[in-house]
Amino acid sequence: MGKKIRILVAKPGLDGHDRGAKIIATAFRDAGFEVIYTGLHQTPEMIVDAAVQEDVDILSISVLSGAHMTIFPRVLALLKEKGAADMHVIGGGIIPDEDAEKLMGMGVGAIFGPGTPTTEPIDYIRDWWMKHHQEQDS
Amino acid sequence: MTAADPARERARQEARALADRLAHGERRAIAQAISHVEDGTRVGRHFLDLVYERTGRARRVGITGPPGAGKSTLVHVLACLLRREGMRVGVLAVDPTSPFSGGAILGDRVRMPSATGDDGLFVRSMAARGNLGGVAATTYEASEVLEAAGFDWILIETVGVGQSELEVVELADTTVLLLVPESGDAVQVMKAGIMEAADIFVVNKFDREGGDRLITHIETALQLADWNREGGWRPPVCPVIATREEGVDEVRQEIGRHLAWLSGDRERLQRVRRDKIERRVRVLLRRALVEGAWAMAHIEERLQAEIGRIAAREVSPYRWVEKILRGWRYRTG
Ligand SMILES: Nc1nc2c(ncn2[C@@H]2O[C@H](COP(=O)(O)OP(=O)(O)O)[C@@H](O)[C@H]2O)c(=O)[nH]1
Ligand SMILES: [Mg+2]
Repeated sequence: MGKKIRILVAKPGLDGHDRGAKIIATAFRDAGFEVIYTGLHQTPEMIVDAAVQEDVDILSISVLSGAHMTIFPRVLALLKEKGAADMHVIGGGIIPDEDAEKLMGMGVGAIFGPGTPTTEPIDYIRDWWMKHHQEQDS
Repeated sequence: MTAADPARERARQEARALADRLAHGERRAIAQAISHVEDGTRVGRHFLDLVYERTGRARRVGITGPPGAGKSTLVHVLACLLRREGMRVGVLAVDPTSPFSGGAILGDRVRMPSATGDDGLFVRSMAARGNLGGVAATTYEASEVLEAAGFDWILIETVGVGQSELEVVELADTTVLLLVPESGDAVQVMKAGIMEAADIFVVNKFDREGGDRLITHIETALQLADWNREGGWRPPVCPVIATREEGVDEVRQEIGRHLAWLSGDRERLQRVRRDKIERRVRVLLRRALVEGAWAMAHIEERLQAEIGRIAAREVSPYRWVEKILRGWRYRTG
């Protein structure tokens, strides 16, 4: 058996379709991760509640609606409130550089812009994992 | 070697802390305990041992059927209904693991929007991780975690299954089989096994053409099946439109009737559960024996050292297996 990387893929907000989220979910699966796919229109509360129940290692949240400066801080605050601040948040979507910088200052691990090849977040996650889960338990 | 093993002691302590947090209703502790159990860690084993006496009171219902039949939708509606009755509900939803990458997409939550902000409902997705029975190898243990956390009902949604993946029957008190009008012809060729495994039949998507015909098929198949279910439980067939929440009340009633039938005869319930636990213990022991023996006899290294010669037809696999076994017998005296 042994530990698998569990990652929640969410697309909050009322915008658009979930094609992008499904593409990234499939890429994560093909990288060997267990992907919890939560569908469209998730609120930060729903995202964090799902992340806690699913005991994920990483939350991958893509925001295209421009609401990233409210959604990410809210997710980070809720994680802290639920005692899950150790869960790692990464983001994607259309996010201006200066906002991305601010979000990373608040604790978002990385932001991947539109058109980033899926190998980039996958490599990032694997690196993060290596750094944080070296101890083996069985 | 036993008393002073620090890793073991640390695992015990961690398990105890986890069990305490669980007893205080901390949702993250439930989730972490399930992860430990799922990953087969030492902490997970200690944890299960600690909470075992607190389990065995919940009602476990298995929901199975082909992909897309509406299992998640039904589980969601059923869970909401039970919540309105004041029951605490735990859900385990299993999806397949990709045999190529070992990864999985677990998408059942999409149909379970109610799982937010309600402490009486807990939904956990599980990947089958190579187990072929329609559930994960650790779904049983995960349901014990939920029981220990005080959930009254455990709903277990299987991978969308064919006809032979019926392990859920071993986990559940009551097994619900979902079919859809399009399954009509499949029912005629269904093996007796699946007809006997289901305690309740649901014909979902009854808003579509062919539902009545499917009910007739099922009834006919049930008559043909050999009725030696003792005490004569006759599986009901319920028409349902899960997306409109129609017919789910009846499913709830039938589950209640089945449980009442099971426990109407104290001996029957005890025997059924005892038999299931005995089979479970066998599974656990077999798994532990294989893993233990595998490691102890350095099978992996020896296999790697020999596989080239076996593949080259220089040594037969039969002789090699014999040799390993002989060495093992000698070792264990
Ligand atoms: N027409 C109709 N569609 C349904 C019904 N129940 C579920 N569905 C749809 O069937 C699809 C698969 O449902 P889901 O619950 O995910 O099936 P599962 O794969 O068995 O878990 C979804 O699009 C549901 O909305 C129903 O009673 N009638
Ligand atoms: Mg499903």
